Amino acid sequence: MSDYLLKAVDINKSFAGVKALQGVSLEIKPGEIHCLAGENGCGKSTLIKVISGVYQPDSGYIEFDGKRYSQITPLGAIAMGIQVIYQDFSIFPNLTVMENLAFNTELAAGHKLVNRKRMRKIAEEALSKINFDMELDRLVGSLTVAEKQMVAICRALMFNAKLIIMDEPTTALTKKEVSALFEIILKLKAQGIAILFVSHKLNEVFEISERFTIFRSGKLIVTGDTRELDDKKFSFYMTGREFENEKFKPSFESQGNVLEVKNLSLTGAFEDISFGLRRGEILGITGLLDSGRTELALALFGIRQATGGQILKDGSAVTIKSPRDAIACGIGFVPEDRLSEGLFLPRSIGDNIIISEIDRLTKGPSVLDRKACQAEIDKWVRELAIATPDPNNASSTLSGGNQQRIVLAKWLACKPDILILNGPTVGVDIGSKHDIHKILQRLADQGMAVIIISDDLPEVLENCSDLIVMKGGRIVATLDPGETDENTVLSHMM
Amino acid sequence: MNAVKRIYQRDRHIFRLIVMIVAWMIFMAITRFDKFYTVVNFQTMAGQFPEFGLMSLGAMLCMITGGIDLSSVGIANVTSILLALFMNAQAAKSESGDISVAMIALVFVMAVCIGLVCGSINGLLISKVKIPPILATLGINQLLTGVCMVVTGGNAVSGLPAAYSASINNKILKVVPGKRGTMQGLIPVQLLFFVVAALLVWFLLMRTSYGKKLYMMGTSENVARFSGVKVDRMLIKTYALSGMLAAMGGMIMLANYNSARSDYGNVYTLQCILIVVLGGVDPKGGRGKISGVLLAIVLLRLLETGINRFPQISSYYITLIWGAVLLLVMVLNYFEDHPIVKRK
Amino acid sequence: MDLKKTVRKLTGRSEFYILLVFIALCLLIEVRSHQFFTPNNIVDLLSALVVPGIFAIGEFMVIVSGGFDVSFPALASLTGFAVTKLLLNMDYQGGVWLPILMTLAIGGLLGAFNGLFIGYFELPAMIVTLGSSSVFKGFMQGTLNSKQLATIPVGMRNFGTSALFVAQNKQSGLTSRMPTTFIALVVVLVLAWFLLNRTMFGRGIYASGGNAVSAHRAGFNVKRTRFLMFVFVGMISALAGMCRVCMMQQMHPTNMLGMEMNIIAGVVLGGTAIVGGSGTLFGCMLGTALIVVVENSMILIGIPTVWKDVFVGALIVLGTGLSAMQVTRAQKASLRNVRKEAAK
Repeated sequence: MSDYLLKAVDINKSFAGVKALQGVSLEIKPGEIHCLAGENGCGKSTLIKVISGVYQPDSGYIEFDGKRYSQITPLGAIAMGIQVIYQDFSIFPNLTVMENLAFNTELAAGHKLVNRKRMRKIAEEALSKINFDMELDRLVGSLTVAEKQMVAICRALMFNAKLIIMDEPTTALTKKEVSALFEIILKLKAQGIAILFVSHKLNEVFEISERFTIFRSGKLIVTGDTRELDDKKFSFYMTGREFENEKFKPSFESQGNVLEVKNLSLTGAFEDISFGLRRGEILGITGLLDSGRTELALALFGIRQATGGQILKDGSAVTIKSPRDAIACGIGFVPEDRLSEGLFLPRSIGDNIIISEIDRLTKGPSVLDRKACQAEIDKWVRELAIATPDPNNASSTLSGGNQQRIVLAKWLACKPDILILNGPTVGVDIGSKHDIHKILQRLADQGMAVIIISDDLPEVLENCSDLIVMKGGRIVATLDPGETDENTVLSHMM
Repeated sequence: MNAVKRIYQRDRHIFRLIVMIVAWMIFMAITRFDKFYTVVNFQTMAGQFPEFGLMSLGAMLCMITGGIDLSSVGIANVTSILLALFMNAQAAKSESGDISVAMIALVFVMAVCIGLVCGSINGLLISKVKIPPILATLGINQLLTGVCMVVTGGNAVSGLPAAYSASINNKILKVVPGKRGTMQGLIPVQLLFFVVAALLVWFLLMRTSYGKKLYMMGTSENVARFSGVKVDRMLIKTYALSGMLAAMGGMIMLANYNSARSDYGNVYTLQCILIVVLGGVDPKGGRGKISGVLLAIVLLRLLETGINRFPQISSYYITLIWGAVLLLVMVLNYFEDHPIVKRK
Repeated sequence: MDLKKTVRKLTGRSEFYILLVFIALCLLIEVRSHQFFTPNNIVDLLSALVVPGIFAIGEFMVIVSGGFDVSFPALASLTGFAVTKLLLNMDYQGGVWLPILMTLAIGGLLGAFNGLFIGYFELPAMIVTLGSSSVFKGFMQGTLNSKQLATIPVGMRNFGTSALFVAQNKQSGLTSRMPTTFIALVVVLVLAWFLLNRTMFGRGIYASGGNAVSAHRAGFNVKRTRFLMFVFVGMISALAGMCRVCMMQQMHPTNMLGMEMNIIAGVVLGGTAIVGGSGTLFGCMLGTALIVVVENSMILIGIPTVWKDVFVGALIVLGTGLSAMQVTRAQKASLRNVRKEAAK
């Protein structure tokens, strides 16, 4: 018996000539919580797929439980005790909790007929593994994200799992739910199950894992003990660059509020929100996932309609009932979810940049001025340093950071007075994150008013001139980022 | 040769359609040259296809939004029946028993209005009530067909004023030598309607902000909403446009058959969808070119007319060939997306 | 407490509203005509439900798996014609078992044709069946040169005319026969219910309609499931066609064509989600019955039959509109509930 449960040794894998993995290795001890980190496209997911048998490596081998395999099939991986919990959880929203929990086992056993008694027993057994209680006849579609994740975890446990791989499991969870998840993970560890935790969130790596491995561009950069890791080193390993973070100090002088919000309410989401914003300021709004921060942003941009209160632009009241109204008021909005709200992935970079200001790029009633369009596209690609050989390429060809720049360009092209960003650097690699912060600070210095809505505390503390903390739909604190720290903010949030 | 290569690389789907058309033209040239390559034959084709060609253009616009319009035939029939009754009434009132050219122009304006209203109802149901497009347009189609039935009792409306058919079902540009030294027209009037409509749709799609927004919205309605595109209004506009095109198709049908009935052209519903998909429009929305749809229309028309030149072959084979062509194109696209990789 | 839960569960489902509409409609017709709840009317309606009912079951399965089937009328017509013609040529004098077996075999084969493209090539079902419907129709009318068959083999005729029992309206003295073919509907319904709810194959249809990628990961063979499902749908669609031929005592090759849209409408009215994954056979039959009742009961309340399409169209628009608004409301409500829970 070796010391390691899993040893992936010298794995190489290429796709159409592109090397996704170059001689990487990964070792996991039994009952260990191991964190695999790296920026998007570093090869994390490819390695997971190799371990779970979805891809066959070009060379290298995998040793599991002391046995050496040069090839693994998906079914073989399950039989060995490897379970993957994907980001989308691989669940059926249209079916009941019971069926979701029992299908894999039933199929693996080769049962052809549905036996509800047996399935119920399997489901109950699955839930009992982590002492979780849930109504078995509920439709999974009606569960919260965290509950769905529990279903996925319970299901994974049915196969005498020795290793559970979790692919970015905390992305859509609230802080409370994350701590609940971590408790479960510790429980599993106590049962001797090893966890491979894939994440690029630093605080999670610190909190939960014992050892870590970091990939960059398909290569293994470092592997070691989490205790020896710190903030700076982590960023450096991830990106290969060193960053000096500058605190934002507003320099643009202005009088009066460009935006003022008075007692704004949206039934069931937030209540009695008031704040003012001057040009050149960056206002941070933070709070937990369920604090109403996102709904506030959506209401300011007209996606949801506020049910009470007032919005004043340059001192006069405005009604914002649709995004069009908001744009007319000079408000731009970078949404939370780039893939489903921010970006037309299959469409060209250029089209994405000009879509919001397209009605201005016309001659005659609505005939496109193609020269003006091209000029606008070229200008913003240059200005925001979007790394592309050709703006006619699809946006999906770019990395997360560059994609976020496109969304930013789209709004800057509308020349807004106020730019609202909801989670501006979610899913963006550290390098681009740094650049985006620089851009926001520069915009503020040029006289734009910026609102950053984020639960990334270092982000808001570093970049904002004012900070509002929300909880349960209300403002609970207004802080000066220069004179507060993460723990104070957290204590207001919780 | 380079030009061919360029087309191939730019758009394989269009390339395949062109290859099929050329191959069929060559086949017809070899087998039935003198029966197929006649002016009259091409004129007949060009006079007939605008009926469903116009509807297909509308269907294409709706499919680019990610929806579907199954109400074209209902709109076409309701337009043609109502206006046929209107023209008959006008002709009966006038002394000559016929109608004037100005009246015909008015009738076309009315047709566009009927199409606009019906299409807007589709658009409202889809955007505001949020009924899935397939069901909303299906229901409206049934409703309109029902209206036709109620108005006509299921009978054909015929006995139209001669001036209508004479002006629409006619040919202009008198350069073709006819019998006894007269000159006959070259270009069917119906074709003009289609060409104008196709140019208009092309212009809308490629040269206006409407077109750009339409494609973007078809790619992702949600992102479009977040980008400030008025999605509801775009949907209403698009279905209204499709309704207007369908109404024009109905007017062409009225001229070609010289009568109107509630069940005319009911094969066109699915045929239009077939054309649009064959033309490379993605049923999920966001992708599709008018050139592909035009080629698909031409290909289907050439196939149908070509087969009719073989008297021993039943004309019913045409539907079989259409279906087979559609499946073939789909399978070819499939293998393009999933290249067969040799496994070790 | 349990009662409250049950009520909430009921009112949350769109079948519940369709049931209300259905009962209201029946009562309305009864009040107006006093003829609705008479034995012969009910038997007439059940008899009219046989063919659409079986078609609807097939369509239901396809929609649950995440697609649309528009080919079943062509499939049923082709099979019906081929079997009838072949048996007539053989001068077949035996019972109905041979025709039914042949129908199932040919129907399964044609269903496999659909299933091949949809299951194994992963092409969208709506487009494939659009193409295959053309192919089937062309094959029937072209290759088989189909014409109306005025006589059918004696075994089929006996099967179609035989009655389970005869119902009589005591007031008017009118009688109606409950056709033996009704057994076919019941058998198919029970079989489909068993397949969908009691076999892993059926749960695989639901699972892949909910999320095909997850279904694959969970260990369902999605391709084979879809393929086999289309074979089954082909078999029962063909059986419906055969029932119709037997009940009408003649084979009319084209009079089933065009039924697809109303069948889809019925299934969706019954609460089947058009995106796939959810719906019940009960709702499916209820929606279909609603359309059958509207189509067949107009005379009872003194509305001329020409109004039929208007009413069916309005029913589709209203029914889908109501359930669309219901869905939107439910989504908003569930959002609020989630928030409330989170606030705790």
